[in-house]
Amino acid sequence: MDFSYSEEQQMLQDSVSKFISTEYDWDSRQAIAKSETGFSADHWQLFAELGWLTVPFKEDDGGFGGSAVDLIVTMEEFGKGLLVEPFLANTILAGTLIAEAGSSEQKTELLTPLMEGNVQLAFAYAEPQSRYELANIQCNAVINGDEIVLNGHKAVVLNGAAAEKILVSVRTSGDACDREGVSLLWVDANSAGIRRESYASVDGQRAADIWFDNVTLPTSNLLGDVGEAIDVIEMTIDRAALAICAEAVGAMQMSLFKTVEYSKIRKQFNTTLSTFQALQHRMANMFIEVEQAKSILLMAAMEMDRLDGKAPKALSAAKSRIGKAARLVGEESIQIHGGIGVTDELDVGHYFKRLTAIQFSFGSTDYHTARFAAS
Amino acid sequence: MNIDFSADELAFQQEVSTFLAEEFPEEIRNKTANSIELGKDDYVNWQKILAKKGWAATNWPVEHGGTGWTPTQKYIFGNECAKAGAPEVMAFGLKMVAPVIYIYGNEEQKQRFLPDILASNVWWCQGYSEPNAGSDLASLKTTAVREGDEYVVNGTKTWTTLGQHADWIFCLVRTGAADVKNQNAISFLLIDMKTPGINVSPIYLLDGSPEVNEVHFDNVRVPAENLIGEEGKGWTYAKVLLTHERTNIAGVTDSKNRLKDLKEKAAKTSDGMPGSHSMLSDNHAWQQKVAELEIELLALEYTELKTLAAVSTGKAPGPESSILKIKGTEIQQTIDILNVEMAGYYGLPFVRDQFMDGFDGVPIGPDQAAASAPIYFNNRKATIYGGSNEIQTNIICKAVLGL
Ligand SMILES: Cc1cc2nc3c(=O)[nH]c(=O)nc-3n(C[C@H](O)[C@H](O)[C@H](O)COP(=O)(O)OP(=O)(O)OC[C@H]3O[C@@H](n4cnc5c(N)ncnc54)[C@H](O)[C@@H]3O)c2cc1C
Repeated sequence: MDFSYSEEQQMLQDSVSKFISTEYDWDSRQAIAKSETGFSADHWQLFAELGWLTVPFKEDDGGFGGSAVDLIVTMEEFGKGLLVEPFLANTILAGTLIAEAGSSEQKTELLTPLMEGNVQLAFAYAEPQSRYELANIQCNAVINGDEIVLNGHKAVVLNGAAAEKILVSVRTSGDACDREGVSLLWVDANSAGIRRESYASVDGQRAADIWFDNVTLPTSNLLGDVGEAIDVIEMTIDRAALAICAEAVGAMQMSLFKTVEYSKIRKQFNTTLSTFQALQHRMANMFIEVEQAKSILLMAAMEMDRLDGKAPKALSAAKSRIGKAARLVGEESIQIHGGIGVTDELDVGHYFKRLTAIQFSFGSTDYHTARFAAS
Repeated sequence: MNIDFSADELAFQQEVSTFLAEEFPEEIRNKTANSIELGKDDYVNWQKILAKKGWAATNWPVEHGGTGWTPTQKYIFGNECAKAGAPEVMAFGLKMVAPVIYIYGNEEQKQRFLPDILASNVWWCQGYSEPNAGSDLASLKTTAVREGDEYVVNGTKTWTTLGQHADWIFCLVRTGAADVKNQNAISFLLIDMKTPGINVSPIYLLDGSPEVNEVHFDNVRVPAENLIGEEGKGWTYAKVLLTHERTNIAGVTDSKNRLKDLKEKAAKTSDGMPGSHSMLSDNHAWQQKVAELEIELLALEYTELKTLAAVSTGKAPGPESSILKIKGTEIQQTIDILNVEMAGYYGLPFVRDQFMDGFDGVPIGPDQAAASAPIYFNNRKATIYGGSNEIQTNIICKAVLGL
């Protein structure tokens, strides 16, 4: 048994951690989050130079290795800094789909510039009616010879505003919710017939709702086989779920740390909050939650790397348990801070917001509890 | 044992509900129904309508323009208002400072302040908390030093809710002795917000709203006639006010409304489970959570009625109000998170304008989803203010269990 990271993983962690602690202090993060694009293009270039944008990919594809453990190492550190750069949308969502379903030409066209930091991508999968059911797709694509006509509405597309190319899950046959007939394609974000409403999300990231109105594209933009995309989409969303679980673990550690530190300096009734046993026990309980979350995260990452088909169940266990921990740690951090905790100014409230968004992304806590039970 | 209302009470209930149906403005009703934030004007308009009817001051004695209602009548009124989606009156003037003025103020102060409070002509805010005096309010440091027939006030008040709208602020200040521990040095002072030396700066909360403020006092000269009662008695007055009846502290009816709304919406939201075609309202885990919430709320409703019955027979509300505060806010916050959960991905977009008055952009997501997360974030305050839930728990430990 060995829970230690490999030398490469250790170096990766050190490099991300160093970046977060030296370049990503709270004020810088807030300035970036509030800027027009919501992320720093300079940082993005730096991530490319440092090789971080290759983390989710296999060496054959020019990547770092692509193990789930590599991914959680990176995301946990990002979580500590509440990173707003669209790493998840680009590399994990869009990138995984291209790596898993794309042809070698498509990889050259999309994956290489992605790893070099030269293109912004997004994956549009959710729809207003779908909630977390990935096959619940009404966006439809009609294939006519070598042309495709795309219509529909995709909801809350992460990085949807900055994306230059958008991967879209579409229905090419079957009824809404059928697993058969789901296809994957990519489209230039500036194509005629695309309308985007972009906005900030509650956690300071950016997203957009996107409408496709008779958008035409060549069939060469299809990724993988027509009608057979649901498996790769599910696998990709599970990877993204694992990534945000790791992010949550990083964010929870910081939230707990900041709360404990605050309790040691805030004085009421002539003593620090840290001396009230009622609060001590609650902070100890938060610590237990964080440890349980870390453990189940490692379990899920290792299962994912084993490739023996047990990954979805393991991932659901992690997402469910970490969702529960994220809620408790986020809410308790605010409560123990008191009034200052509900202000926009202090970072602890923003950890809470991100922890909340994580609970409801890529399957809620209840969704994954149910999926665990059913698998 | 009997929980039925008497015939008179039922008639009163009918009268209130008819009045609300006729007089409560449609515009405000729509805003509340669509989770749009109410502005100052909404409150003032509604309170003026209530004042015209003579129902603005439900807790005041009749001699000052109050309703003279029994606790049960007040309860019925609060209930009917919540059912109709009518907001509670802003507490600061009508429920907080007014009782202090009519109980401890002199005749001149009563004449000067009460009519304008009753008519909602002035907006009050509460200046108790300070950066270093939250739960431990008695450690407050803002000073008021007597110079001739004026007090010179220096210090900082914080968390001042809606202070940006306020014409007046009622403050707890330290007069005389600088001994921080001494509660007998705290006085109750009314201050005109237009006085030179007052500076109000907004504090933004997690939902982006400038709901609270920091209020700085820099050599603010306040006429001594604005002191309520005696110097050094402010703490006692404030305490009496706190134990003074606080209506609807549990927010039961409001929570009932929100729960009903939640259930209706869940029946129209797909549950999004893998391979499932059913609605969220049919989902077992969801049903379980909603049922547990509803049961807790039912218990709280009866705890509230029990308290009400005791108050009606003349007993002072004791530590029961701590139970109402703790359970009431926990229930509200559970409803908050269930709304976020129901919104699914549409809980994520933060389009603040969408839940503000006058929004004319493209709405993102279904009804109420847009406001669900901001409401959840903002309302974490409910377990912090008004005596935090930890402080309420301490009260139960001390006052009830004798620990
Ligand atoms: C949105 C909002 C609006 C407000 N509006 C007003 C207003 O209009 N006017 C006004 O005067 N004030 C207002 N307040 C202030 C409010 O009353 C204080 O926030 C509250 O008293 C808590 O004080 P604090 O924030 O300084 O937290 P602290 O007192 O620092 O408490 C921090 C944490 O420690 C806990 N704690 C403290 N003491 C103990 C103890 N002995 N045992 C166990 N736990 C303890 C608290 O419960 C809390 O969880 C408002 C606050 C908020 C958040």
